Amino acid sequence: MNPHIVSSAAALFCGTLFGAGLTLSAMVNPEKVLNFLDVLGHWDPSLALVMGGAVAVTLVAFPLVLRRPRPWFGARFHLPQKSTLDARLLIGAAFFGVGWGLAGYCPGPALAALSFGRLEPLVFVLAMAVGSWIAGRVQQQQA
Amino acid sequence: MTDFTPWTALAGGLLIGGGATGLLATTGRIAGISGIFFGLARARGDRLWRLLFLAGMVAGAGVLFHQAPTLQFAPRTEFPLVTLVVAGLLVGFGTRLGNGCTSGHGVCGLGRRSVRSLAATLVFMLTGVVTTVVTRHWLGVAG
Repeated sequence: MNPHIVSSAAALFCGTLFGAGLTLSAMVNPEKVLNFLDVLGHWDPSLALVMGGAVAVTLVAFPLVLRRPRPWFGARFHLPQKSTLDARLLIGAAFFGVGWGLAGYCPGPALAALSFGRLEPLVFVLAMAVGSWIAGRVQQQQA
Repeated sequence: MTDFTPWTALAGGLLIGGGATGLLATTGRIAGISGIFFGLARARGDRLWRLLFLAGMVAGAGVLFHQAPTLQFAPRTEFPLVTLVVAGLLVGFGTRLGNGCTSGHGVCGLGRRSVRSLAATLVFMLTGVVTTVVTRHWLGVAG
């Protein structure tokens, strides 16, 4: 079979697992996220188990996967090349955390929640796209 | 208020980790949602897997949500629109600048034992907690 088709089907399937995980874990509910971040309120530790479960899988499985010379249906692994800390990374992460803590949405759950047909995720995703565009412009001007 | 849901949180986390591992193993790509989403706008030859992964994610989340009444939740009604927009801008700006979000740095980066991702995750967790605590307890913003 054409490896391109197999690889595309794999991307679709893996996305489906990922999305089902977001709904099952209730991370698509921004109140659930905010109730985790609000350590002084009626604390809901669920997010720690979601992150813990996901990272437990990747911690064990990623090294096994990356031991292979290349992915099953691709020419090579596309991994980030930078390994040192820089201001851009930390400032970006800090801004992201503030936005996350304000509304309870990060990119995955916001996009996944578009399927619920509600207004909130749509507004958030549009604002997110604009925010990314602004960051791209800022980086272009600095380069 | 939301209840602590340890089992669905853990199971959802395993699905998320499984989807991320599957994507890396089959296509060699990192399941970082912000990067996958923002990459759609750049005209290159690698749009298809991005679209398919995101389509699977939205569909997986949506089908499970609509089929499982116990996973459904009421939409927020009094959340300020301006907060939502500002949060979206910050999340888009920050994840683009910092090259990743909860999935790219959190789920995948920690699995790769990346120092950059560990630093980013600690930073956005910290600013997320501080933002939610300050807005909820000191400023009394709804949410």
